[in-house]
Amino acid sequence: MLKTKVVLSFPPSSVEEPITYHLIKDFGIMVNILRASISPGKKGRMVVELSGEESIRSQALNYLESKGVEIDELAAEIRYLENRCASCTACVPVCPTGALDVDRNNWKVSFFEDKCVVCLSCVDACPYRAVEIGPE
Amino acid sequence: MQRSIDEINNKIKDGSVVVFTAEEIIDVVKAKGVKRAAQEVDVVTTGTFSPMCSSGAFLNLKQPREKIKLGGGWISLNGVPAYAGLAAADIYIGATAIQHNDPRNDNGKPGKFRYGGAHVIEDLVTHKKVQLSAGAYGTDCYPNKKREDWIDLADTNDAFLFNPRNCYQNYNVAVNLSDETIYTYMGKLKPKLGNANYCSAGQLSPLLNDPYFRTIGIGTRIFLCGTEGYIAWAGTQHNPDIPRLDNGTPRSAAGTAALVGNLKDMHPEWLRAVSFTGYGVSLSVAVGIPIPILDEEMMAYVSVTDADLKAPVVDYSRFYPYGEGDPKLAEVSYAELKSGQIEINGQKVPTGCFSSYVNAQRVALTLKAQIDQGEFFLTQPVSLLPGPADKKEK
Ligand code: SF4
Ligand code: SF4
Repeated sequence: MLKTKVVLSFPPSSVEEPITYHLIKDFGIMVNILRASISPGKKGRMVVELSGEESIRSQALNYLESKGVEIDELAAEIRYLENRCASCTACVPVCPTGALDVDRNNWKVSFFEDKCVVCLSCVDACPYRAVEIGPE
Repeated sequence: MQRSIDEINNKIKDGSVVVFTAEEIIDVVKAKGVKRAAQEVDVVTTGTFSPMCSSGAFLNLKQPREKIKLGGGWISLNGVPAYAGLAAADIYIGATAIQHNDPRNDNGKPGKFRYGGAHVIEDLVTHKKVQLSAGAYGTDCYPNKKREDWIDLADTNDAFLFNPRNCYQNYNVAVNLSDETIYTYMGKLKPKLGNANYCSAGQLSPLLNDPYFRTIGIGTRIFLCGTEGYIAWAGTQHNPDIPRLDNGTPRSAAGTAALVGNLKDMHPEWLRAVSFTGYGVSLSVAVGIPIPILDEEMMAYVSVTDADLKAPVVDYSRFYPYGEGDPKLAEVSYAELKSGQIEINGQKVPTGCFSSYVNAQRVALTLKAQIDQGEFFLTQPVSLLPGPADKKEK
């Protein structure tokens, strides 16, 4: 079971669609609405916490994107999941500060939180989903 | 000096076998020379852990009481379509298949490809339940037309990984000459030579340690995702006729192997789904191939170092997709790639990799320990992988 906090920005066209209803009913996702500002005809914004199995959460996020909803993960910090990290080094050249770096003696990649400026470059670059955006 | 597979297996049985990894053997050969090392060492183990899209698994599903003929119908697992063009209960789930409602790259931005066939395979190996939806046209013997269920590996009669292509013998180093970031199967490539990505275990990589396929072929027993697997065939795109260096290794992508192994015995630690932003889903698997030291020639091959192995630097903005421009911008060694920086046209370019060297080392060490402890025996291939038409080609 995974939990993420995301900001959903709705285009005016989908403000009137029962999107949270579909998330719960069609995908079985748990939706916890933390903040919302929605008015008909205007762009809506909602801060929600979504929890569910990865395969289901993925279908729910796919559904939102297909409705034109923009999804921004709340970025306050980068979470490095050591047990998922394969030490492949794909993130090393894209990290501007050396927060993700490899020890070339033993080829282990490590994350130095104090050096991280939360630029998010590594999130797209890591194929093993070992870096996640952490909530506020 | 000559040594047979039978002799090696007898030594594994009586516990006297001498095994090193392809990394450790480098110092042994440096200290003792090829001739003495060949006399003393019986087996060298290799390893790799890299994404390869040409991966997937055959599953044979246990039938519900009212039987269903999946062949000619359709099926999805966790929303990911699997191939149902086989018999009533056989399906193939490919690593790159994605959920029906995945927006792909169609939203004007690179897709995230959060979940696909490789993730289904990883979930199965982790013994999670996956949601099955299937439809069929119904026959007198298979009347059921719809199945909705949750299944795990225990609900299959058979489940085996079958990867049509793995273990690429060498590969391109990808760069981007254009002015915009591009998203490829070689990762995110920043504009104007912003970074260079490669994908090989270099000196530990299985097929680079037997460049002419003198010992590896159909029926070779291998380490595959924590259990034993086999080489089933030459992999798709296997091409031995590639220009080579004096040490016999190809100067670009050459040989490949098709692999098979029992999914039910695999361990999630050695099999990982990967998502390439803007490109798609793929699967990384752990493969280790033991190389029998039949003679001095084999010892010379397994002693190659990263400095002796070269890969071509290829532009993925114009040359790879459109065939335009310079086919090869430079040739660099794996030692240079692993230093973290290479030089292309006088520009210093930082390097990154998708192949995990740490895991490659762990595979080679695990296989070494299994052979040492008499748990893994070598096989005589039924037929070797095809080598170059002219072995002497340079
Ligand atoms: S968010 Fe930026 S600074 Fe932090 S680890 Fe990732 S790439 Fe480095
Ligand atoms: S790209 Fe991801 S898996 Fe690879 S070293 Fe970086 S954090 Fe680890």
